[in-house]
Amino acid sequence: MKELICITCPRGCHLKVDDDLNVTGNFCPRGAMYAKAELTHPVRTLTSTVKINSKVADRLPVKSARPLPKELIFKAMEEINKVTMNAPISIGDVVIKNIFDTGIDIVATKDILK
Amino acid sequence: MINRDLVIVGGGSAGMSAALEAYSLGVKDILILEKNDYLGGILNQCIHNGFGLQEFKEELTGPEFMTRFSKAVNEKGIEYRLNTNVINISKDKVVSYSNSEEGFVEIKAKAIILTTGCYERNSGAIQIPGDRPSGVYTAGQAQLYLNIYGQLVGKRVFILGSGDIGLIMARRMTLEGAKVLGVAELNSYSAGLNRNIVQCLQDFDIPLYLSHTVKEIVGPKGHIEKIVLAKVDDHFNFIPGSEIEFEVDALLLSVGLVPNVDLISRLGIPFSKTRGAVVTEHMETEIEGLFTSGNVLHVHDLVDYVVSEAREAAKGAYLYLNNKLSHKGHMYKVSPKDGVNYVVPQKIYIDDAEDKLIFKFRVAHPFKDINLVISEGDRVIKKIYKPAIIPSEMEIVKLDKSLFNKENENIFVYVEERK
Repeated sequence: MKELICITCPRGCHLKVDDDLNVTGNFCPRGAMYAKAELTHPVRTLTSTVKINSKVADRLPVKSARPLPKELIFKAMEEINKVTMNAPISIGDVVIKNIFDTGIDIVATKDILK
Repeated sequence: MINRDLVIVGGGSAGMSAALEAYSLGVKDILILEKNDYLGGILNQCIHNGFGLQEFKEELTGPEFMTRFSKAVNEKGIEYRLNTNVINISKDKVVSYSNSEEGFVEIKAKAIILTTGCYERNSGAIQIPGDRPSGVYTAGQAQLYLNIYGQLVGKRVFILGSGDIGLIMARRMTLEGAKVLGVAELNSYSAGLNRNIVQCLQDFDIPLYLSHTVKEIVGPKGHIEKIVLAKVDDHFNFIPGSEIEFEVDALLLSVGLVPNVDLISRLGIPFSKTRGAVVTEHMETEIEGLFTSGNVLHVHDLVDYVVSEAREAAKGAYLYLNNKLSHKGHMYKVSPKDGVNYVVPQKIYIDDAEDKLIFKFRVAHPFKDINLVISEGDRVIKKIYKPAIIPSEMEIVKLDKSLFNKENENIFVYVEERK
């Protein structure tokens, strides 16, 4: 039996998971999904910023479009810190395509239009 | 003097959502005044995700969340002024502001919604003994430097206070290559959300020192060099011999947020324990037509809650502008009792109220296995069982107003031990 705190939303449910990956203590189905993922292949959404050439901003905030395997987080940061983008940029524009062949893109999270 | 139906002071998430709600209710003459050169307020620097699960049923970053509102404000053509400093709000609802294009302007507003957010308690507020070197920042300042300007304020960092911004910055600075040596919390429990303890500290093996605080800041040459951490007892006195020294080049403070009520602090209106104004069911202050909501009223856990509260204020402003707020009839005084720190609102004109009464409150300290009780006088109206409850999680309870029968003038919210 493992005890976890769900990080899916701010409610922070206290989850219990048995050896067969049965989850209790979750308020919603996302909690069960989180617990199973956490005990098999933990993932995290990564957010950071990249440099941008722009008249109005120094940094462009970005995120992984889907959660990345936890062990890739620091390696992904190295790639993110190599990037420089040019305005204009819209939310969802791809900053790094398919990072480490995960099928997951790093995308812009802010409109920087000039 | 210019006349306006509704002036909204502050163009962050509360101000924008209030404007959009008022607009959709039919108030078209709206002006938002914003001090920065962009809308969205603090969410611009909150680049992490976790916003919007209530509002949009999806997980967004701060900039994504606020962009949905700023786009809607622009699409609807709601007027706003950026780089605009509001100087004064008078009792008769004259708003004075200045900016470089218009100079000094006075507007006579029929209704005002104040949505100026909150500010961080800083090193002056907590008076840590020792030197006064550079390198001591509030967590929000460090977040601004890193996320907006790309500047890391330190490489060996300690964080005092376990507020969410501090926890978020522990992760953020670690990802950018800083060594975060620890987070200290004076209380025996965290001030931040559990999820942030897990994903910001435990994920990166950053220790959380509960019942600890910074006893001394050392930086005789002008920049911080060292902090001395010490354990405290139940009365917050230092325990001799518990000192731990950390060599640091930055100390971040995440020691609380305070409603930014400057603009209404000299109007002679009453304030509550939240340090925001005393308000009615429609978030109206004692000055009729002056509403306030969001973090300037009480500090919220989630922007989603800020947005919904701003809509309550907007509904109030709409009703006020259409002479539909009577401010008459049976008035309840809403008060916290045993175990509850505060309740918003503090007054309810039951005839003016919407069908659902919304009570927002926090407990004074952590409890386990208790009932939260809402009563009209001695008559219990609602009991809610809580296996565990902590002050950092705001409770929101919505009750049908028909449950209240106007027999008593008091509504109480309190914690009841289960036997």
